[in-house]
Amino acid sequence: MLLEVRDLQVEFRTREGVAKAVNGVNYTVDEGETLAVLGESGSGKSVTAQAIMGILDMPPGKIAGGEIVFQGKDLLKLKEEERRKVRGAKMAMIFQDALSSLNPVLSVGAQIGELFTVHQGMSRKDARTKAVELMDRVRIPAAQERVGQYPHQFSGGMRQRIMIAMALALEPDLIIADEPTTALDVTVQAQVMDLLAELQRELGMGLILITHDLGVVADVADRIAVMYAGRIVETAPVHEIYKRPAHPYTKGLLESIPRLDQKGQELYAIKGLPPNLMHIPPGCAFNPRCPMAQDVCRTDVPPLYEVSPTRRSACHFWKETLDAGQ
Amino acid sequence: MPEPQPPEPYLSGGGRAPEDGAIAATGAGGAMDLATSEGTTLEKTPGGPEGTGPAGKPRSLWSDAWRDLRRNPIFIISGLIIVFLVFISLWPSLIASGNPLSCDLAKAQEGSQAGHPFGFDGQGCDVYTRTVYGARTSVTVGVCATIGVSLLGSVLGGLAGFFGGSWDAILSRITDVFFAIPVVLGGLVLLSVVTSSTVWPVIGFMVLLGWPQLSRIARGSVITAKQNDYVQAARALGASNSRMMLRHILPNAVAPVIVVATIALGTYIALEATLSYLGVGLKPPTVSWGIDISAASPYIRNAPHMLLWPAGALAVTVLAFIMLGDAVRDALDPKLR
Repeated sequence: MLLEVRDLQVEFRTREGVAKAVNGVNYTVDEGETLAVLGESGSGKSVTAQAIMGILDMPPGKIAGGEIVFQGKDLLKLKEEERRKVRGAKMAMIFQDALSSLNPVLSVGAQIGELFTVHQGMSRKDARTKAVELMDRVRIPAAQERVGQYPHQFSGGMRQRIMIAMALALEPDLIIADEPTTALDVTVQAQVMDLLAELQRELGMGLILITHDLGVVADVADRIAVMYAGRIVETAPVHEIYKRPAHPYTKGLLESIPRLDQKGQELYAIKGLPPNLMHIPPGCAFNPRCPMAQDVCRTDVPPLYEVSPTRRSACHFWKETLDAGQ
Repeated sequence: MPEPQPPEPYLSGGGRAPEDGAIAATGAGGAMDLATSEGTTLEKTPGGPEGTGPAGKPRSLWSDAWRDLRRNPIFIISGLIIVFLVFISLWPSLIASGNPLSCDLAKAQEGSQAGHPFGFDGQGCDVYTRTVYGARTSVTVGVCATIGVSLLGSVLGGLAGFFGGSWDAILSRITDVFFAIPVVLGGLVLLSVVTSSTVWPVIGFMVLLGWPQLSRIARGSVITAKQNDYVQAARALGASNSRMMLRHILPNAVAPVIVVATIALGTYIALEATLSYLGVGLKPPTVSWGIDISAASPYIRNAPHMLLWPAGALAVTVLAFIMLGDAVRDALDPKLR
């Protein structure tokens, strides 16, 4: 087990009250495994990732409970200085918008090289040589010449490759990619995703892929965790979930993908809006939008039921959902 | 009554001259800038002398900025003016052989003549000599006050912006208190009790009342820079607080501070003149442009040369510092390269 998140709870204290962004998330990532975390905006997937990385803004954020066990150590119990040494070296993060995630006043070579100077005390000249190697590795053409250029001189896809190069620099054991391809256009998305998947296989890293793009997930993920209102509602191996979802929310997500054989028909959409995190509905958070909701859903929070040894679903009616198929 | 009218528009016209000059100069500079940057990109493409190959040394933001500045005509011109000013402040006797304090009342208000190219002032002192010697006080006051204000203001404001919380709240209230003190009134009260005739009380007063302005600017730009994704990204890659501050926040927050500081430098030189005019700044045995300008202003119609030379020197000095600040800010922004 590379990473285990146990009952993680994150709150944001605001003037209007406490927003419970993450309410008891559990998931695990093995060495070399790709876990896709799926969910709408505001479902807590990025906040969970930030808590794992230790880059949550605190305050206003606050980790209210739980454990994040990484390579046998609870990260939340480490001192900030020890935690800092883990970041970048043992686990790294790829951000959504590469343009705003790269410092505009530093050359890309300097930014990639920074990892080597910070963590390994390498000289700036050696770090620069390493940066060129990494840029080659993520297939940036003419890396030698471009290493001294600035982020705004690169295209979107190239910038995301630079982010990947930075994340991979010290060959970490875990990479968290927070919507790595959302800001890119479709053809570039595929290239960047392929590159990421390939490098991950090569280096045998665990990968947490945060996304709301089901198409991306199907190609690269081993397992999926679906999040809703700060909780995991379903986890399953990727192919099983596509065939037979065990939670009405997952089912709704899958049905809202446009498909060629449904040409001319109205596209399905899950009714309603995600809940306000300051007033999460009692019982199952999804009940106001769920087509299958019964009385029990409005009173009892569903635990994560074991559907099979590899699957979990937080739905009182997972059996019925599963049987309904897709 | 057409008589009393002219001085007013004339004066305001004289006061506006540096501004017009500044616009014209930056406009022309902009065009020149464009030309050079085009020239350099053309020269760079085939792997020019500044090739970025592995043999080349790793460059930092500051060395890139310096490389950029050396090619900027605005920087060269303003730099030369400033070097010249510093030079004459240190060794005024090298270009002015006379004594600024030896005056001949018989020659009061006389125009230019052999050996006295700028003419004489109301006391019969040589305007050329006094203008040269005045540079020392004006440059000292302007530069020292700006350095003091910038250091104090940006360190306090930057820390407040970076750490936020109670430190920020306390500091912000203190700056509010200082903002509430009118500069001229404050000068009249504080400086009237000072007996020293050196420039230091004046500089100290300017730093005391000036730092909140820079502190507020620095705090704001640090807060803006801190919220950028790349600062969080740097944290995610294991950068320490000091590294984030020095390498990621500072270079992105420094531009507004530089601009405001260089503009402030001009105002401090002018403020010295104001305070001297009110009699609480520098006192007459000291030679300063401010003192000379205020002494000459009543005679503007009879002997304009008495005002124009020190005022012109003041305008050129202020303009040079503003242009320098502009060039430095541009050089620190790689998007303009």
